[in-house]
Amino acid sequence: MATLLQQLASGLVLGALIALIALGYTMVYGIIQLINFAHGEVFMVSIFAAAATYKWFIPESWENTWQIALPCMLVGAVLVAVVLAVLMERFAYRPLRNAPRLAPLITALGVSQMLKEIVRLNYPDAKSAINVPRAFIDEPIIITVPGGTVVLQATSVLLIAVSIVGAVILQLYVSRSRMGRAMRATAQDPDTAKLMGVNPNRTIVFTFALGGLLAAVAGVLYGIHLNTVDTEVGFLYGIFAFTAAVLGGVGSIKGAVIGGFIIGVVKTLGGQLLPGGTGYDVVWVFILLILVLVFRPQGLFGEPERVRA
Amino acid sequence: MTALLEVQNLTVAYGAIEAVRDVSFTVDEGQIVSLIGSNGAGKTTTLRTISGLLRPKSGKILFAGESIDSLEAHVILQRGIAHCPEGRRLFGRMTVEENLQLGAYVRRDTGVEADMNRVYELFPVLGERRHNKAGLFSGGEQQMLAIGRAMMSRPRLLMLDEPSMGLSPIMTQRIFDTIRELQSQGTTILLVEQNALAALALSDHGYVIDLGRTSLDGPGHELLADERVRAAYLGEN
Repeated sequence: MATLLQQLASGLVLGALIALIALGYTMVYGIIQLINFAHGEVFMVSIFAAAATYKWFIPESWENTWQIALPCMLVGAVLVAVVLAVLMERFAYRPLRNAPRLAPLITALGVSQMLKEIVRLNYPDAKSAINVPRAFIDEPIIITVPGGTVVLQATSVLLIAVSIVGAVILQLYVSRSRMGRAMRATAQDPDTAKLMGVNPNRTIVFTFALGGLLAAVAGVLYGIHLNTVDTEVGFLYGIFAFTAAVLGGVGSIKGAVIGGFIIGVVKTLGGQLLPGGTGYDVVWVFILLILVLVFRPQGLFGEPERVRA
Repeated sequence: MTALLEVQNLTVAYGAIEAVRDVSFTVDEGQIVSLIGSNGAGKTTTLRTISGLLRPKSGKILFAGESIDSLEAHVILQRGIAHCPEGRRLFGRMTVEENLQLGAYVRRDTGVEADMNRVYELFPVLGERRHNKAGLFSGGEQQMLAIGRAMMSRPRLLMLDEPSMGLSPIMTQRIFDTIRELQSQGTTILLVEQNALAALALSDHGYVIDLGRTSLDGPGHELLADERVRAAYLGEN
């Protein structure tokens, strides 16, 4: 029982991370039907940015006070991620807005590879994994359950809480605010949105920035939770997050979050409980994805393909 | 009267195909002007070019004396032209209220709420079901919402593309009454219609567009009496 709960907790932590990244995939897809494969790289770069902020930009006297160090890392990571996402949209995707679908997709793969190599070759010691400071409460939380105890890192609790609260805020923002309406209008019918006075470029660039912001939040939390990062995490988590978005229904905020948590839990528990052990954990994730897509191609919460009058 | 909208020698092409060739017309402030013509004559293309969704190959579009043919669609709306597109193009997954809020997207003043209530007064069915998704409404109700949404930006010029399309005769009458009502409240209207009879009866001036060109024009009642118009568009021999 205790072991199971412990595994479930790890699954939820992984799921929370995937969910935060998946939101960026799903929002960008919703608005311009682009799978931005470079989004995982924005997540990766933001972890390096957080580490760099801690190492070079905050005075030593602050380093041991997480209440100051963590917000500083967050600001550094968010700034870098948002600027990166905006530049990517402006220079890689916008010129291809009216090109055949395949062109921006290939570009996304190119941008992804480029970012990974730029970091690997230029960030000091990034050819192998680098350290990221803990920068959060050290003491774990120990919960007694029937048959033993469950040990939760403080960062685990923080991750799950931030992911859920962040998704709820995002959902409210998109459904209630003026900018949110503009985003949804552009997603549903770009020409008619223009006729309402919505500036499509501003709306699209805002969506990329929002995705970058969420990826940076995920990045900082990843860094302080696992305390290490290498340039491959962007690809790895990018694939999981993309899968979460598809599983939940691309374009759906709720779907991305629930998809993220499902993948986190299935991967972790599947690796423990199903035959094959952890070596097979990813297999279960993708079997689940295939099953969902066979029976519900639009994903769990996606809208069926629309028919336009 | 002064010209609010002047279209001069407009040519619009999709690739090598010219959908609109050398079309010219004028809409004076306060008027209802209709463009009539058969399917594929270039009427919709003309409206989409005026509202900035398409770029002209040549020709000029002047609104209130200023050239607007190189402006982006969202800027043209801010200048005061609202376009109620063919097929209504509501945001079907959003509520009535959200559609109206989007119609008022560029407004920052405090009168939005009052204008929304005015739409609900004009079309009570929309007010009663303001939190329902727009896609669930009937064709006539959707057209009401589309017109209401276009009016939310308080346009000087309202362009309506085939507002009677797919509607019953009673509902068509209702929509045309509304158009006249909007004119009496001071909105200038450019109407594109296949229902030439109803459109011309309502219009101060009409233009016949044929194979991408303006072929005839005159006051609405004169065109209604014109034999060529009657033969070509009103089904008489």
